[in-house]
Amino acid sequence: MSRSLSLIAGLAVAALVAVPLTGAIAEKAAPKPAKAVATQPAPPPAPVKLGLGRPALPEEVHAWDTDVRPDGLGLPPGKGSAKQGDALFQEKCSTCHGEFGEGVGRYPVLSGGLGSLTADRPDKTVGSYWPDATTVYDYISRAMPFGNARSLTADEAYALTAYLLNMSDVIKDPDFELDQSNLAKVKMPNADGFYLDDRETSEKQFWNKNPCMKNCGPAPKVIGRAIAVDVTPDEKAGPKVD
Amino acid sequence: MSEKPPSDILDRRRFLGAAGLAGAGALLPLAAKAGEGAKPDPAITELQDWNRFLGDGVDKKPYGVPSKFEKDVIRRDVSWLTASPESSVNFTPLHALDGIITPSGLCFERHHGGVADIDPAQHRLMINGLVDTPMVFTMDDIRRMPRVNKVYFLECAANSGMEWRGAQLNGCQFTHGMIHNVMYTGVTLKTLLDQAGLKPNAKWLMLEGADSAGMNRSLPVSKALDDVLIAFAMNGEALRPENGYPLRAVIPGWQGNLWVKWLRRIEAGDMPWQAREETSKYTDLMPDGRARKYTFVMDAKSVITNPSPQAPLKFKGRNVLTGVAWSGRGIVKRVDVTMDGGRNWREARIDGPVMDKSMVRFYVDFDWNGEELMLQSRAIDETGYVQPSKAELRKVRGVNSIYHNNGIQTWLVHPDGVTENVEIA
Repeated sequence: MSRSLSLIAGLAVAALVAVPLTGAIAEKAAPKPAKAVATQPAPPPAPVKLGLGRPALPEEVHAWDTDVRPDGLGLPPGKGSAKQGDALFQEKCSTCHGEFGEGVGRYPVLSGGLGSLTADRPDKTVGSYWPDATTVYDYISRAMPFGNARSLTADEAYALTAYLLNMSDVIKDPDFELDQSNLAKVKMPNADGFYLDDRETSEKQFWNKNPCMKNCGPAPKVIGRAIAVDVTPDEKAGPKVD
Repeated sequence: MSEKPPSDILDRRRFLGAAGLAGAGALLPLAAKAGEGAKPDPAITELQDWNRFLGDGVDKKPYGVPSKFEKDVIRRDVSWLTASPESSVNFTPLHALDGIITPSGLCFERHHGGVADIDPAQHRLMINGLVDTPMVFTMDDIRRMPRVNKVYFLECAANSGMEWRGAQLNGCQFTHGMIHNVMYTGVTLKTLLDQAGLKPNAKWLMLEGADSAGMNRSLPVSKALDDVLIAFAMNGEALRPENGYPLRAVIPGWQGNLWVKWLRRIEAGDMPWQAREETSKYTDLMPDGRARKYTFVMDAKSVITNPSPQAPLKFKGRNVLTGVAWSGRGIVKRVDVTMDGGRNWREARIDGPVMDKSMVRFYVDFDWNGEELMLQSRAIDETGYVQPSKAELRKVRGVNSIYHNNGIQTWLVHPDGVTENVEIA
C-alpha cells in the first residue's frame, strides 16, 4: 500500500516537472532552461542512501590512508637523517637522479636551482621551488623508487627526505633527524612563492566583446619555424599539388 | 573447380599495385578531371580483388580494428620529452580525425608509473577522511548506482607547452594532441559522497590512483558536488586500461592531471594536500618568479587540424578547412578563422553537437588558387573569453609557465601545399 502511494507521489512529481516545459506557460515562466529536458521523463526521486557499498574497516583505512598533508596530518612514526639518507640515495635513487641529485638523462634534477626562478631557464627543484617539505615525504613514500613503489620503510622515507632537504641546504646539519613531529615545521625557501589563480582579473583583457575582424594591424612576418628547430618525430615528404 | 585467376590478371594487378603506391597522389587529381582524351581510370575498369573474391567471414576480428590503409593513424610520442616510456605522454592524431568524438584507441595517454592492469573484481574505491562513515565500494556496487552520460574534453594542462618559446613541433598531433573528447558513463561523485556522508567542514577531496605512481590530486568540494563524474565507460565501452580502467575521475573543463585514473580512494579534508602534482608540477611559473597555483580551468582554445603539417593541402580549387575548439569555462559560442595571419577574420561554421565543456567541430569551405596562406583560428566561449594570440599570452605569463598555453596557432601553407608550424609577428 505504501509502495503504491509513493509511486503515485513519484508520478505527480514527474508531472509537475513535465507540464510547465511542454505547456505554453513555459515560455513565460522558463524561457530558456531545458528544451532537452522536456523530451526526457523526470527521474523518480532517488534516495540519498542507496544501500550500496559497506563501511570501511579501520585496518583497511589504515592500509590505504598513507597520504601526508602540509600540516603533518598523515605522517607516520619513524625518523631519519641526511647522513642515513645518503647511503640509501646512492643505492636506490642515484641511477636516475645522479649521485648528487644532478639528474641522469631526462630524470628530474633534485639539487641546485636556488634563485633561478626568474632566470631564462629556471631549475625547479625541491629546494628552489617546492613550497612544502611534507610533499617530499608524501611523494617518496607513494611513488619512489621508480618501478618499486611503496617498498620503503617510514625510517627510509624520512632519511631520504632529510637527504634531499640537506642537498638544498634547507637542513644544514646532516645528523639532524626528521620525524613525525618536525617535518611539517620545516620552512621551504619558496614557501611564499605561490598565489591563487587570478586569471579572471589579471587577464581580464582576454574577455573581449568585439575582437577585430577586418584590417587588424600590419601584414605579419614569419619569425620562427618548427622545421628550423628540427625536433619533430617522423617527418614525411611533402605532397604533390595539382 | 579451381578459382585461381588467370595469371595475366595477377601480373597486371601486381604491376598496378606498385604503380599505385608511387603515383597515388598524381592519379587522384587526374581522375577527378577526366574529360575528353583522358585515360580510363583503372580503379574503375580493372576488376579488383575485393570485388571478386570472398572477404573475411564474421568473427575474423571479433573486436574490430581500423582498415590496414589507416595504419598511420596512431598515437605518437616525442621520445626526447620524457625520461622513460612509463612516465610519458603520447599524442592524439587530431589531423586524421573528424567530428567531435575521439576514438577510444586514439585518446592520448599520460602515465606517471605505467598503465595499471587491474582486475575489476579486485578493484575497490574507498572514501574516508571527514565523512560520517568511511566506505568501500566494489565495481558492482558502483554499477548499481544511478548513471549519467556526458561528453567532455580532457586536455592536459601541458598541451602546447612545448610551444611557449616559439614554434617547435611540426604537426598538430604534437602541438595540440594532448586532448581528447569522449562520452563518459558513470555516476556522479555526489552520489558516491552521499553514501559516506560528507562532514560540513570537508572543503577539499584528495583523489588517489591505484597505479604505481599512486597519483594524487586535491579537488575542491564545490567542484566535486557540481559536475564531477566517476566513470567506468567511455564511448559506450569499458574504459581502456590506458584511460583508467576500471574507474577514473572526470573533472569537466579542468586540467587533465586532476582526472585521476585507476581511482581507488577519495579522502575528504579541510585543506588541500599539496601533493607533488600540485606543487612541483601544474603550478604556473610567472615572469616575477612567483607561481600561480590551483589553475584548474582550461581556457578557450582551438586549432586548425586540416590543413596542418601532417595534413597538407593537396588540391587547388575546392577545399575544406576544419578544426576543433573547446573551453573549460562552458560552451564554445564562435570560432573565427583567418587565412592572412590575423589581418582579416571570418566566422567559421560550427557543425555537430555544441555542449558544455565539450569540443566543437568547425569548418570553412574555401577555394585555394595556390597562394600562400597563414592560417589561424580563435575560439570564443559563452563567457566572452577570446582565445589570445601567443604574444598577448606571453606578455602576461612570460615563457616559463609550461602549462595553459592556449595561444593562437599559426600554420603557413606554401604554394606547393606543404604546411608548417610557424611563429609570426
